[in-house]
Amino acid sequence: MEIKKELPEIFEEFGDMRKKSFMQAYELKQKNIPFIGTFCTYFPQEIAMAMGACVVGLCSTSDETIPEAEKDLPRNLCPLIKSSYGFAKTDKCPYFYFSDLIVGETTCDGKKKMYEYLGEFKSVYTMELPNTQSPIALELWKKEVIKLKEKLESQFETTITEEEVRKQVKIMNKVRRALKEFYSLAKSEPVPMLGQDLFKILYGSTYKFNKESLSEEIHALAQKIREEYQENPNKYPKAPRILMTGCPIGGASEKCITAIENNGGHVVCFENCSGAKACDREVDENNPDIYAAIAERYLSIGCSVMTPNSNRLELLDRLIDEYKVDAVVEITLQACHTYNVESLSIKRFVNEKKGLPYMAVETDYSTADIGQLNTRMAAFIEML
Amino acid sequence: MLTLGIDSGSTTTKAVLFDGKEIVQTQILPTSANPKESITHLYHLLYNDDVAYTVSTGYGRSLLDQADKQITEITCHARGAAFLNPDIRAVIDIGGQDCKAILLDNGLNVVDFIMNDKCAAGTGRFIEVMMRILEEDIKNIDLFVQGHHPVNITSMCTVFAESEIVSLLAKGVDKGDIALGIINSICRRTSFFAQKLHLSGDIFFSGGLAQFEIFRSSLEEYLKIPIYTSPLSQYAGAIGAAVIGYNKVNR
Repeated sequence: MEIKKELPEIFEEFGDMRKKSFMQAYELKQKNIPFIGTFCTYFPQEIAMAMGACVVGLCSTSDETIPEAEKDLPRNLCPLIKSSYGFAKTDKCPYFYFSDLIVGETTCDGKKKMYEYLGEFKSVYTMELPNTQSPIALELWKKEVIKLKEKLESQFETTITEEEVRKQVKIMNKVRRALKEFYSLAKSEPVPMLGQDLFKILYGSTYKFNKESLSEEIHALAQKIREEYQENPNKYPKAPRILMTGCPIGGASEKCITAIENNGGHVVCFENCSGAKACDREVDENNPDIYAAIAERYLSIGCSVMTPNSNRLELLDRLIDEYKVDAVVEITLQACHTYNVESLSIKRFVNEKKGLPYMAVETDYSTADIGQLNTRMAAFIEML
Repeated sequence: MLTLGIDSGSTTTKAVLFDGKEIVQTQILPTSANPKESITHLYHLLYNDDVAYTVSTGYGRSLLDQADKQITEITCHARGAAFLNPDIRAVIDIGGQDCKAILLDNGLNVVDFIMNDKCAAGTGRFIEVMMRILEEDIKNIDLFVQGHHPVNITSMCTVFAESEIVSLLAKGVDKGDIALGIINSICRRTSFFAQKLHLSGDIFFSGGLAQFEIFRSSLEEYLKIPIYTSPLSQYAGAIGAAVIGYNKVNR
């Protein structure tokens, strides 16, 4: 596959992918293809894909629907939860509208309680995600994966075969490898692309429904960036290299990436949900028990809802070295208790074990703190 | 050769001239609703032909077209404080609209800092609003609270604290006791906030409130760490900007 378009155009296209895919989703719906709406990287996509369904991340990154959500939910709740609930309630997000079933998981307290209300006016199924990654937890999660399969089979009157699940596992692993190949380009110094562009691809790619062509497309994009970088490695000047971690980002919270890059830093790595957290691990294709393999892969995700959450530290440890980062910036959303509490252990790990500066920024989806964000990021980068 | 440092804060705009050894001139003006005008006006008041370099800082730092460089108030406050007292290892700055704590290493470089979020609680603005309700000029605060016994002010929010004070006044509580309660409340909050950085060495207290002894001593009491100020505390940001500018020219 060869890409004819120029890089900035591709970045923009991916940046707008959430909106661009509305029409495509509509067309797919006309062909009776079921849509499964999801909130979280813990959702085992392969199961839904194995019955020919499209999996789509539901809108949750704008403050536009928060006032509506606050009619039902407390004000001091994380903006992501409020935003998504508001989108569902107002039907402002076409993906909510198109979703035949919404699948949530018992991740954080706010989300799992919100799903109870969401279930009053949408078709919601909640998977029981354990809070630990112990062998017993894994056993439960495997049962939950199989239960999800059975739920889908009965609701959509279909059969999900193991053969098809295995096929989808291979497809998704290819997507993960392609995305990893792509974001690994930022290991180069100076960087071949800005963090904000890199993020557009990561985020936008979740709205590409044809996963088979997606991996090829990302691979070709990586190839193109590699070639351009070989010709002109100094497109971007050397700058402090920042690793971003913490809560899911996207939409309104992308202001944090811009605040870093407008003030002299480069985000070279995203550990967040749409970044390495979601792509780093593959499902073991050779495991004779494919459901166990899927369960194992998804349960290993190092989200702060897990206790203890050693996989996050393990991943951070590796990424900090591989991307030769100068500092770590953690973005937490207001009232996201698990990430906010965990930020102390991340600070300790980064400061003491890795000997690097660390800064945590608590933000929401408003634009009220942009001035402060800029000052903080600029001061942090001056410090490096 | 001189350098000019200008700090465009939310309440006041400050400028200093530095000759490489001493601060030779200072000037302060209230920041108007047009901060660009304030910073530019102050620039023209102090600028002369000897000025080789101008550094702007503060939240309005990008508004001065004549500046050679813009640097954040974190870095400038740290540098300014270290210039005024090289023995310190941390800075607490209570500004008009925010509050920050900065940790320095032995080379007086910033190693960590925190800023308060989006709220007037724990800032100069909080004190200003409360003093307005008490109908007292903040300039006389040291004298005003002398010998008084602080009442407990529990509200964290400026608006709620205001109504708390109004009800205390309605009960006939002494104004001096209320004022001291407000000071204790802001200093207690600031000390909890600053302790997140695990401060140990001596602390420099900068910002507008640093000119009042009662804030310094109250902060010291909560933090149990020696706290120093200087007659030039309010200018710490501008001084840091001028010192950094001087080092740039001489490099």
